[in-house]
Amino acid sequence: MAQANGNGSVTGSFKVKAGLAQMLKGGVIMDVVTPEHARIAQDAGACAVMALERVPADIRKEGGVARMSDPDLIKSIMAAVTIPVMAKCRIGHFVEAQVLEALGIDYIDESEVLTPADEENHIDKHTFKVPFVCGCRDLGEATRRIAEGAAMIRTKGEAGTGNVVEAVRHARAVNAGIRKLQGLNHAELVHEAKQIGAPVEVLAECQKLGRLPVVNFAAGGIATPADAALMMQLGVDGVFVGSGIFKSEDPLKRAKAIVAATTYFDKPEVIAEVSAGLGEAMRGLEIPAIPKEELLAARGW
Amino acid sequence: MQGAFAEHVKALESVGARTRLVRTREDLDGLDGIVLPGGESTTMTMLMERVGLLEPLRRAIDQGLATLATCAGMIVLARDVTDGMAGQQGLALLDIAVRRNGYGRQVDSFEAPLHIEGMDGKTFPGVFIRAPLVERTGDVEVVASYDDHPVAVRQGRILALAFHPELSGDLRLHREFVRMANK
Repeated sequence: MAQANGNGSVTGSFKVKAGLAQMLKGGVIMDVVTPEHARIAQDAGACAVMALERVPADIRKEGGVARMSDPDLIKSIMAAVTIPVMAKCRIGHFVEAQVLEALGIDYIDESEVLTPADEENHIDKHTFKVPFVCGCRDLGEATRRIAEGAAMIRTKGEAGTGNVVEAVRHARAVNAGIRKLQGLNHAELVHEAKQIGAPVEVLAECQKLGRLPVVNFAAGGIATPADAALMMQLGVDGVFVGSGIFKSEDPLKRAKAIVAATTYFDKPEVIAEVSAGLGEAMRGLEIPAIPKEELLAARGW
Repeated sequence: MQGAFAEHVKALESVGARTRLVRTREDLDGLDGIVLPGGESTTMTMLMERVGLLEPLRRAIDQGLATLATCAGMIVLARDVTDGMAGQQGLALLDIAVRRNGYGRQVDSFEAPLHIEGMDGKTFPGVFIRAPLVERTGDVEVVASYDDHPVAVRQGRILALAFHPELSGDLRLHREFVRMANK
Protein backbone atom coordinates (compact mmCIF):
# COMPACT_ATOMS: atom_id res chain seq x y z
CA MET A 1 0.00 0.00 0.00
CA ALA A 2 1.26 3.45 -0.88
CA GLN A 3 2.60 5.33 2.10
CA ALA A 4 3.19 9.11 2.34
CA ASN A 5 6.37 9.97 4.20
CA GLY A 6 5.92 13.59 5.21
CA ASN A 7 8.70 14.99 3.02
CA GLY A 8 6.53 14.89 -0.09
CA SER A 9 7.68 11.43 -1.09
CA VAL A 10 5.54 8.32 -1.42
CA THR A 11 6.77 4.73 -1.12
CA GLY A 12 5.03 1.53 -2.18
CA SER A 13 2.83 3.10 -4.88
CA PHE A 14 1.64 0.88 -7.71
CA LYS A 15 3.84 2.92 -10.07
CA VAL A 16 7.07 2.00 -8.28
CA LYS A 17 5.89 -1.60 -7.78
CA ALA A 18 5.07 -2.11 -11.46
CA GLY A 19 8.07 0.06 -12.35
CA LEU A 20 10.62 -2.42 -10.99
CA ALA A 21 9.17 -5.09 -13.28
CA GLN A 22 9.58 -2.67 -16.17
CA MET A 23 13.29 -2.46 -15.32
CA LEU A 24 13.54 -6.27 -15.52
CA LYS A 25 12.23 -6.39 -19.08
CA GLY A 26 14.29 -8.18 -21.69
CA GLY A 27 16.01 -10.04 -18.88
CA VAL A 28 16.26 -13.48 -17.28
CA ILE A 29 15.28 -14.21 -13.67
CA MET A 30 16.95 -17.35 -12.34
CA ASP A 31 16.02 -19.74 -9.51
CA VAL A 32 18.90 -20.15 -7.03
CA VAL A 33 19.17 -22.24 -3.87
CA THR A 34 22.53 -21.04 -2.49
CA PRO A 35 24.50 -17.76 -2.39
CA GLU A 36 27.01 -19.45 -4.71
CA HIS A 37 24.26 -20.10 -7.28
CA ALA A 38 23.13 -16.49 -6.91
CA ARG A 39 26.62 -15.24 -7.73
CA ILE A 40 26.81 -17.51 -10.78
CA ALA A 41 23.43 -16.19 -11.93
CA GLN A 42 24.57 -12.58 -11.48
CA ASP A 43 27.86 -13.27 -13.28
CA ALA A 44 25.89 -14.77 -16.15
CA GLY A 45 23.84 -11.58 -16.51
CA ALA A 46 20.59 -12.45 -14.70
CA CYS A 47 18.49 -9.31 -14.08
CA ALA A 48 17.18 -10.81 -10.80
CA VAL A 49 17.25 -14.07 -8.84
CA MET A 50 14.54 -16.11 -7.12
CA ALA A 51 15.75 -17.37 -3.71
CA LEU A 52 14.48 -20.89 -2.95
CA GLU A 53 15.32 -23.90 -0.77
CA ARG A 54 14.58 -26.37 -3.55
CA VAL A 55 14.16 -25.80 -7.28
CA PRO A 56 10.77 -26.93 -8.64
CA ALA A 57 12.23 -30.15 -10.13
CA ASP A 58 13.23 -31.24 -6.59
CA ILE A 59 9.95 -30.10 -5.05
CA ARG A 60 8.22 -32.26 -7.64
CA LYS A 61 10.47 -35.24 -6.92
CA GLU A 62 10.43 -35.04 -3.14
CA GLY A 63 6.76 -34.19 -2.63
CA GLY A 64 5.42 -33.11 0.78
CA VAL A 65 4.25 -29.60 1.65
CA ALA A 66 6.39 -26.93 -0.01
CA ARG A 67 6.57 -23.67 1.98
CA MET A 68 8.35 -20.31 2.01
CA SER A 69 12.14 -20.71 2.33
CA ASP A 70 14.13 -20.26 5.54
CA PRO A 71 14.72 -16.51 6.16
CA ASP A 72 18.42 -17.24 6.81
CA LEU A 73 18.78 -18.70 3.34
CA ILE A 74 16.95 -15.74 1.79
CA LYS A 75 19.10 -13.26 3.72
CA SER A 76 22.32 -15.00 2.67
CA ILE A 77 21.27 -14.77 -0.97
CA MET A 78 20.29 -11.10 -0.58
CA ALA A 79 23.75 -10.44 0.86
CA ALA A 80 25.49 -12.26 -1.99
CA VAL A 81 24.25 -10.20 -4.95
CA THR A 82 23.42 -6.61 -5.91
CA ILE A 83 20.62 -7.46 -8.39
CA PRO A 84 17.01 -7.69 -7.12
CA VAL A 85 16.11 -10.79 -5.10
CA MET A 86 12.67 -12.39 -5.27
CA ALA A 87 11.20 -15.12 -3.07
CA LYS A 88 8.10 -17.29 -3.16
CA CYS A 89 5.21 -17.50 -0.73
CA ARG A 90 2.28 -19.91 -0.84
CA ILE A 91 -0.90 -18.87 -2.62
CA GLY A 92 -3.11 -17.09 -0.07
CA HIS A 93 -0.47 -17.20 2.69
CA PHE A 94 -0.38 -13.50 3.50
CA VAL A 95 1.73 -13.99 6.62
CA GLU A 96 4.53 -15.61 4.62
CA ALA A 97 4.27 -12.52 2.41
CA GLN A 98 4.49 -10.25 5.47
CA VAL A 99 7.62 -12.11 6.58
CA LEU A 100 9.22 -11.71 3.14
CA GLU A 101 8.36 -8.02 3.13
CA ALA A 102 9.93 -7.65 6.59
CA LEU A 103 13.10 -9.28 5.25
CA GLY A 104 13.27 -6.53 2.60
CA ILE A 105 12.84 -8.84 -0.38
CA ASP A 106 12.43 -6.95 -3.68
CA TYR A 107 9.58 -8.99 -5.21
CA ILE A 108 7.28 -11.74 -3.96
CA ASP A 109 6.11 -14.58 -6.19
CA GLU A 110 2.74 -15.85 -4.93
CA SER A 111 3.47 -19.21 -6.45
CA GLU A 112 1.66 -22.39 -7.40
CA VAL A 113 5.02 -24.16 -7.10
CA LEU A 114 4.51 -24.11 -3.34
CA THR A 115 1.57 -25.86 -1.69
CA PRO A 116 -1.42 -23.47 -1.60
CA ALA A 117 -2.49 -22.21 1.83
CA ASP A 118 -5.93 -21.04 0.70
CA GLU A 119 -8.00 -22.76 -1.96
CA GLU A 120 -10.29 -19.80 -2.65
CA ASN A 121 -8.49 -16.56 -1.99
CA HIS A 122 -5.24 -15.15 -3.23
CA ILE A 123 -3.40 -12.52 -1.19
CA ASP A 124 -4.75 -8.95 -1.24
CA LYS A 125 -1.58 -7.60 -2.73
CA HIS A 126 -2.64 -3.94 -2.64
CA THR A 127 -2.01 -3.90 1.11
CA PHE A 128 1.76 -4.50 0.67
CA LYS A 129 4.60 -2.10 -0.17
CA VAL A 130 6.55 -4.90 -1.80
CA PRO A 131 5.42 -5.80 -5.33
CA PHE A 132 4.06 -9.24 -6.31
CA VAL A 133 4.33 -11.41 -9.39
CA CYS A 134 1.67 -14.10 -10.00
CA GLY A 135 1.25 -16.94 -12.46
CA CYS A 136 -1.54 -17.33 -15.00
CA ARG A 137 -2.80 -19.76 -17.63
CA ASP A 138 -5.03 -17.37 -19.55
CA LEU A 139 -6.30 -13.80 -19.69
CA GLY A 140 -9.03 -14.30 -17.09
CA GLU A 141 -6.55 -15.55 -14.51
CA ALA A 142 -4.03 -12.79 -15.36
CA THR A 143 -6.62 -10.03 -14.95
CA ARG A 144 -7.91 -11.45 -11.65
CA ARG A 145 -4.37 -11.37 -10.25
CA ILE A 146 -3.86 -7.79 -11.48
CA ALA A 147 -7.13 -6.74 -9.81
CA GLU A 148 -5.80 -8.24 -6.56
CA GLY A 149 -2.73 -6.03 -6.94
CA ALA A 150 -0.15 -8.10 -8.83
CA ALA A 151 2.38 -5.68 -10.37
CA MET A 152 3.80 -8.32 -12.71
CA ILE A 153 2.42 -11.47 -14.36
CA ARG A 154 4.10 -14.62 -15.60
CA THR A 155 2.81 -17.71 -17.36
CA LYS A 156 2.56 -20.70 -15.05
CA GLY A 157 3.90 -23.20 -17.54
CA GLU A 158 4.60 -26.47 -15.73
CA ALA A 159 7.47 -25.82 -13.34
CA GLY A 160 10.23 -28.34 -12.81
CA THR A 161 9.59 -30.27 -16.02
CA GLY A 162 12.11 -28.71 -18.41
CA ASN A 163 9.25 -28.92 -20.90
CA VAL A 164 8.20 -25.62 -22.46
CA VAL A 165 4.89 -26.83 -23.88
CA GLU A 166 2.67 -25.51 -21.06
CA ALA A 167 4.35 -22.08 -21.00
CA VAL A 168 3.69 -21.84 -24.74
CA ARG A 169 0.07 -22.83 -24.21
CA HIS A 170 -0.39 -20.18 -21.50
CA ALA A 171 1.36 -17.38 -23.40
CA ARG A 172 -0.70 -18.12 -26.50
CA ALA A 173 -3.90 -18.21 -24.43
CA VAL A 174 -3.18 -14.73 -23.00
CA ASN A 175 -2.37 -13.40 -26.49
CA ALA A 176 -5.52 -14.94 -27.97
CA GLY A 177 -7.61 -13.53 -25.12
CA ILE A 178 -6.29 -10.03 -25.80
CA ARG A 179 -6.74 -10.32 -29.57
CA LYS A 180 -10.35 -11.31 -29.01
CA LEU A 181 -11.00 -7.98 -27.23
CA GLN A 182 -10.17 -5.89 -30.27
CA GLY A 183 -13.34 -4.66 -31.89
CA LEU A 184 -15.68 -5.47 -28.98
CA ASN A 185 -17.96 -2.64 -27.89
CA HIS A 186 -18.43 -2.02 -24.18
CA ALA A 187 -21.48 -4.27 -23.74
CA GLU A 188 -19.63 -7.10 -25.47
CA LEU A 189 -16.59 -6.47 -23.29
CA VAL A 190 -18.71 -6.82 -20.16
CA HIS A 191 -20.05 -10.11 -21.51
CA GLU A 192 -16.54 -11.34 -22.30
CA ALA A 193 -15.43 -10.37 -18.77
CA LYS A 194 -18.23 -12.52 -17.37
CA GLN A 195 -17.31 -15.43 -19.64
CA ILE A 196 -13.66 -15.53 -18.58
CA GLY A 197 -14.12 -14.37 -15.00
CA ALA A 198 -12.21 -11.14 -15.58
CA PRO A 199 -12.71 -7.82 -13.74
CA VAL A 200 -14.20 -5.42 -16.34
CA GLU A 201 -11.88 -2.48 -15.52
CA VAL A 202 -8.70 -4.49 -16.01
CA LEU A 203 -10.08 -6.09 -19.17
CA ALA A 204 -10.97 -2.65 -20.57
CA GLU A 205 -7.37 -1.58 -19.96
CA CYS A 206 -6.09 -4.67 -21.82
CA GLN A 207 -8.38 -3.76 -24.70
CA LYS A 208 -7.10 -0.18 -24.79
CA LEU A 209 -3.42 -1.15 -24.58
CA GLY A 210 -3.57 -4.29 -26.73
CA ARG A 211 -1.56 -6.08 -24.02
CA LEU A 212 -1.58 -6.72 -20.28
CA PRO A 213 -1.25 -3.48 -18.31
CA VAL A 214 1.72 -4.90 -16.36
CA VAL A 215 4.94 -6.63 -17.38
CA ASN A 216 4.43 -10.24 -18.47
CA PHE A 217 7.20 -12.86 -18.25
CA ALA A 218 7.27 -16.52 -19.27
CA ALA A 219 7.93 -19.22 -16.69
CA GLY A 220 7.60 -22.95 -16.20
CA GLY A 221 9.69 -25.38 -18.23
CA ILE A 222 12.19 -23.14 -20.00
CA ALA A 223 15.44 -25.13 -20.30
CA THR A 224 17.34 -24.00 -23.41
CA PRO A 225 18.32 -20.73 -25.12
CA ALA A 226 15.89 -21.57 -27.93
CA ASP A 227 13.07 -22.05 -25.38
CA ALA A 228 13.75 -18.55 -24.00
CA ALA A 229 13.80 -17.01 -27.49
CA LEU A 230 10.61 -18.89 -28.41
CA MET A 231 8.79 -17.31 -25.48
CA MET A 232 10.19 -13.86 -26.34
CA GLN A 233 9.00 -14.23 -29.94
CA LEU A 234 5.57 -15.14 -28.60
CA GLY A 235 5.57 -11.66 -27.09
CA VAL A 236 6.53 -11.99 -23.41
CA ASP A 237 8.70 -9.29 -21.83
CA GLY A 238 11.32 -11.62 -20.29
CA VAL A 239 11.78 -15.11 -18.86
CA PHE A 240 12.11 -16.97 -15.58
CA VAL A 241 14.35 -20.04 -15.63
CA GLY A 242 13.87 -22.34 -12.68
CA SER A 243 15.32 -25.81 -12.63
CA GLY A 244 16.65 -25.46 -16.19
CA ILE A 245 19.96 -23.90 -15.24
CA PHE A 246 21.21 -25.55 -12.08
CA LYS A 247 19.89 -28.97 -13.13
CA SER A 248 22.00 -28.85 -16.28
CA GLU A 249 25.59 -29.99 -16.84
CA ASP A 250 27.26 -26.56 -17.06
CA PRO A 251 25.10 -23.95 -15.26
CA LEU A 252 27.25 -20.84 -15.90
CA LYS A 253 27.59 -21.51 -19.60
CA ARG A 254 23.91 -22.35 -19.99
CA ALA A 255 22.85 -19.30 -17.96
CA LYS A 256 24.96 -16.97 -20.13
CA ALA A 257 23.55 -18.58 -23.27
CA ILE A 258 19.96 -18.13 -22.10
CA VAL A 259 20.65 -14.46 -21.27
CA ALA A 260 22.09 -13.88 -24.75
CA ALA A 261 19.20 -15.70 -26.43
CA THR A 262 16.72 -13.54 -24.51
CA THR A 263 18.39 -10.30 -25.65
CA TYR A 264 18.87 -11.49 -29.25
CA PHE A 265 15.65 -13.50 -29.39
CA ASP A 266 15.01 -12.48 -32.99
CA LYS A 267 18.53 -13.29 -34.23
CA PRO A 268 18.73 -17.04 -34.97
CA GLU A 269 22.44 -16.84 -35.82
CA VAL A 270 23.18 -15.62 -32.27
CA ILE A 271 20.96 -18.31 -30.74
CA ALA A 272 22.74 -20.93 -32.86
CA GLU A 273 26.11 -19.72 -31.67
CA VAL A 274 25.26 -19.69 -27.97
CA SER A 275 23.39 -23.02 -28.11
CA ALA A 276 26.47 -24.94 -29.27
CA GLY A 277 28.38 -27.13 -26.81
CA LEU A 278 26.29 -26.41 -23.72
CA GLY A 279 26.44 -29.98 -22.40
CA GLU A 280 23.34 -31.77 -21.30
CA ALA A 281 20.13 -29.90 -20.56
CA MET A 282 18.00 -31.03 -17.62
CA ARG A 283 16.39 -34.39 -18.28
CA GLY A 284 12.81 -33.12 -18.50
CA LEU A 285 9.36 -34.68 -18.20
CA GLU A 286 6.54 -35.35 -20.64
CA ILE A 287 3.40 -33.66 -19.31
CA PRO A 288 1.07 -36.70 -19.90
CA ALA A 289 3.48 -38.79 -17.80
CA ILE A 290 2.70 -36.64 -14.73
CA PRO A 291 -0.28 -37.78 -12.63
CA LYS A 292 -3.03 -35.15 -12.90
CA GLU A 293 -3.04 -34.36 -9.19
CA GLU A 294 0.67 -33.52 -9.38
CA LEU A 295 0.27 -30.81 -12.03
CA LEU A 296 1.28 -27.50 -10.44
CA ALA A 297 -0.42 -25.17 -12.93
CA ALA A 298 -3.87 -26.29 -11.76
CA ARG A 299 -3.21 -24.61 -8.39
CA GLY A 300 -4.60 -21.08 -8.13
CA TRP A 301 -8.08 -19.90 -8.98
CA MET B 1 20.05 -4.59 -24.24
CA GLN B 2 17.85 -5.08 -21.21
CA GLY B 3 15.52 -2.80 -19.27
CA ALA B 4 12.81 -0.23 -19.85
CA PHE B 5 13.65 0.58 -23.47
CA ALA B 6 10.06 0.28 -24.77
CA GLU B 7 8.89 3.04 -22.42
CA HIS B 8 11.61 5.42 -23.72
CA VAL B 9 10.71 4.56 -27.32
CA LYS B 10 7.11 5.46 -26.62
CA ALA B 11 8.01 8.75 -24.88
CA LEU B 12 10.47 9.78 -27.62
CA GLU B 13 8.07 8.94 -30.42
CA SER B 14 5.33 10.97 -28.77
CA VAL B 15 7.61 14.02 -28.92
CA GLY B 16 8.30 13.43 -32.60
CA ALA B 17 11.61 11.51 -32.62
CA ARG B 18 12.34 8.42 -34.69
CA THR B 19 13.93 5.59 -32.73
CA ARG B 20 15.88 2.38 -33.17
CA LEU B 21 16.93 -0.23 -30.59
CA VAL B 22 20.71 -0.50 -30.25
CA ARG B 23 21.92 -4.06 -29.70
CA THR B 24 24.99 -4.24 -31.97
CA ARG B 25 27.75 -1.76 -32.82
CA GLU B 26 26.26 -1.30 -36.33
CA ASP B 27 23.08 0.03 -34.71
CA LEU B 28 25.09 3.03 -33.46
CA ASP B 29 25.69 4.37 -36.98
CA GLY B 30 23.93 7.60 -37.85
CA LEU B 31 22.33 8.31 -34.47
CA ASP B 32 21.70 11.87 -33.23
CA GLY B 33 21.25 10.71 -29.67
CA ILE B 34 21.12 7.61 -27.50
CA VAL B 35 19.20 6.63 -24.37
CA LEU B 36 20.81 4.42 -21.76
CA PRO B 37 17.64 3.17 -20.04
CA GLY B 38 16.87 1.86 -16.61
CA GLY B 39 17.34 -1.83 -16.01
CA GLU B 40 20.05 -3.81 -14.26
CA SER B 41 23.38 -2.06 -14.76
CA THR B 42 25.35 -5.28 -14.20
CA THR B 43 23.32 -7.12 -16.83
CA MET B 44 23.57 -4.30 -19.37
CA THR B 45 27.28 -3.70 -18.89
CA MET B 46 28.09 -7.39 -19.13
CA LEU B 47 26.03 -7.88 -22.27
CA MET B 48 27.56 -4.81 -23.93
CA GLU B 49 31.04 -6.03 -23.12
CA ARG B 50 30.37 -9.55 -24.39
CA VAL B 51 29.10 -8.37 -27.75
CA GLY B 52 31.76 -5.69 -28.19
CA LEU B 53 29.38 -2.73 -27.85
CA LEU B 54 30.93 -1.09 -24.79
CA GLU B 55 34.01 0.43 -26.49
CA PRO B 56 32.23 1.76 -29.63
CA LEU B 57 29.56 3.26 -27.36
CA ARG B 58 32.17 4.89 -25.15
CA ARG B 59 33.84 6.42 -28.22
CA ALA B 60 30.54 7.68 -29.64
CA ILE B 61 29.47 9.37 -26.39
CA ASP B 62 32.98 10.73 -25.81
CA GLN B 63 32.86 12.29 -29.28
CA GLY B 64 29.64 14.12 -28.44
CA LEU B 65 26.70 11.79 -29.14
CA ALA B 66 23.77 13.29 -27.19
CA THR B 67 22.96 10.94 -24.31
CA LEU B 68 20.02 10.56 -21.95
CA ALA B 69 20.87 8.17 -19.11
CA THR B 70 18.27 7.10 -16.57
CA CYS B 71 18.90 5.17 -13.34
CA ALA B 72 20.97 2.15 -14.42
CA GLY B 73 22.09 4.20 -17.41
CA MET B 74 23.50 6.77 -15.00
CA ILE B 75 25.43 3.99 -13.23
CA VAL B 76 26.81 2.69 -16.53
CA LEU B 77 28.07 6.21 -17.36
CA ALA B 78 29.46 7.13 -13.92
CA ARG B 79 33.18 7.42 -13.30
CA ASP B 80 33.00 5.75 -9.87
CA VAL B 81 30.51 3.14 -8.70
CA THR B 82 30.30 1.81 -5.16
CA ASP B 83 28.45 -1.34 -4.18
CA GLY B 84 28.63 -2.54 -7.73
CA MET B 85 29.61 -6.02 -8.70
CA ALA B 86 33.31 -6.79 -8.39
CA GLY B 87 34.90 -5.91 -11.70
CA GLN B 88 31.88 -4.00 -12.97
CA GLN B 89 33.49 -1.61 -15.42
CA GLY B 90 31.10 0.72 -17.16
CA LEU B 91 31.76 3.66 -19.47
CA ALA B 92 33.34 5.94 -16.81
CA LEU B 93 32.57 9.07 -18.84
CA LEU B 94 30.45 11.07 -16.40
CA ASP B 95 32.29 12.85 -13.59
CA ILE B 96 30.20 11.63 -10.66
CA ALA B 97 30.37 8.89 -8.03
CA VAL B 98 27.25 6.83 -7.42
CA ARG B 99 26.25 4.19 -4.89
CA ARG B 100 24.12 1.45 -6.43
CA ASN B 101 20.74 1.06 -4.71
CA GLY B 102 21.85 3.97 -2.51
CA TYR B 103 18.27 4.76 -1.49
CA GLY B 104 17.68 1.17 -0.32
CA ARG B 105 15.92 -1.89 -1.66
CA GLN B 106 12.62 -2.06 -3.56
CA VAL B 107 10.43 -1.39 -0.50
CA ASP B 108 12.22 1.99 -0.27
CA SER B 109 11.53 2.91 -3.91
CA PHE B 110 9.54 6.15 -4.02
CA GLU B 111 7.90 8.96 -5.95
CA ALA B 112 8.69 12.60 -5.19
CA PRO B 113 8.13 15.96 -6.90
CA LEU B 114 11.32 17.57 -8.24
CA HIS B 115 12.33 21.12 -9.11
CA ILE B 116 14.35 21.00 -12.27
CA GLU B 117 16.69 23.89 -13.10
CA GLY B 118 15.48 25.90 -16.07
CA MET B 119 12.17 24.08 -16.32
CA ASP B 120 9.18 26.35 -16.05
CA GLY B 121 5.82 25.38 -14.64
CA LYS B 122 4.96 22.63 -12.23
CA THR B 123 7.36 20.25 -10.52
CA PHE B 124 8.51 17.10 -12.33
CA PRO B 125 7.16 13.76 -11.03
CA GLY B 126 10.30 11.85 -9.99
CA VAL B 127 9.92 8.05 -9.98
CA PHE B 128 12.85 6.43 -8.12
CA ILE B 129 13.22 2.64 -8.32
CA ARG B 130 16.16 1.08 -6.49
CA ALA B 131 17.78 4.32 -7.57
CA PRO B 132 21.51 5.17 -7.50
CA LEU B 133 22.59 7.76 -4.95
CA VAL B 134 24.92 10.45 -6.31
CA GLU B 135 27.61 10.80 -3.64
CA ARG B 136 30.08 13.10 -5.39
CA THR B 137 29.95 15.36 -8.41
CA GLY B 138 32.94 16.75 -10.28
CA ASP B 139 32.83 18.90 -13.38
CA VAL B 140 29.10 18.60 -14.00
CA GLU B 141 26.10 20.90 -13.71
CA VAL B 142 23.54 19.78 -11.12
CA VAL B 143 20.08 20.26 -12.63
CA ALA B 144 17.97 18.84 -9.81
CA SER B 145 18.45 17.64 -6.25
CA TYR B 146 16.40 15.71 -3.75
CA ASP B 147 17.18 15.45 -0.02
CA ASP B 148 20.51 17.26 -0.56
CA HIS B 149 21.74 14.81 -3.19
CA PRO B 150 21.88 15.54 -6.92
CA VAL B 151 19.37 13.48 -8.92
CA ALA B 152 19.88 15.09 -12.35
CA VAL B 153 23.19 16.25 -13.80
CA ARG B 154 24.38 17.58 -17.13
CA GLN B 155 27.87 17.31 -18.58
CA GLY B 156 28.27 18.57 -22.15
CA ARG B 157 25.78 16.61 -24.23
CA ILE B 158 25.02 14.10 -21.48
CA LEU B 159 21.89 14.39 -19.33
CA ALA B 160 21.89 11.79 -16.54
CA LEU B 161 19.00 11.15 -14.15
CA ALA B 162 18.66 8.94 -11.07
CA PHE B 163 14.92 8.67 -11.73
CA HIS B 164 12.63 7.47 -14.53
CA PRO B 165 10.99 10.17 -16.68
CA GLU B 166 9.79 7.39 -19.04
CA LEU B 167 7.48 6.10 -16.28
CA SER B 168 6.22 9.51 -15.19
CA GLY B 169 3.88 10.38 -18.07
CA ASP B 170 5.62 13.80 -18.21
CA LEU B 171 7.39 14.33 -21.54
CA ARG B 172 9.29 17.52 -20.73
CA LEU B 173 12.69 15.87 -20.19
CA HIS B 174 12.36 13.75 -23.35
CA ARG B 175 11.51 16.93 -25.27
CA GLU B 176 14.61 18.59 -23.80
CA PHE B 177 16.73 15.58 -24.84
CA VAL B 178 15.43 15.68 -28.43
CA ARG B 179 16.23 19.40 -28.53
CA MET B 180 19.79 18.62 -27.29
CA ALA B 181 20.20 15.89 -29.90
CA ASN B 182 19.08 18.20 -32.71
CA LYS B 183 21.60 20.92 -31.77
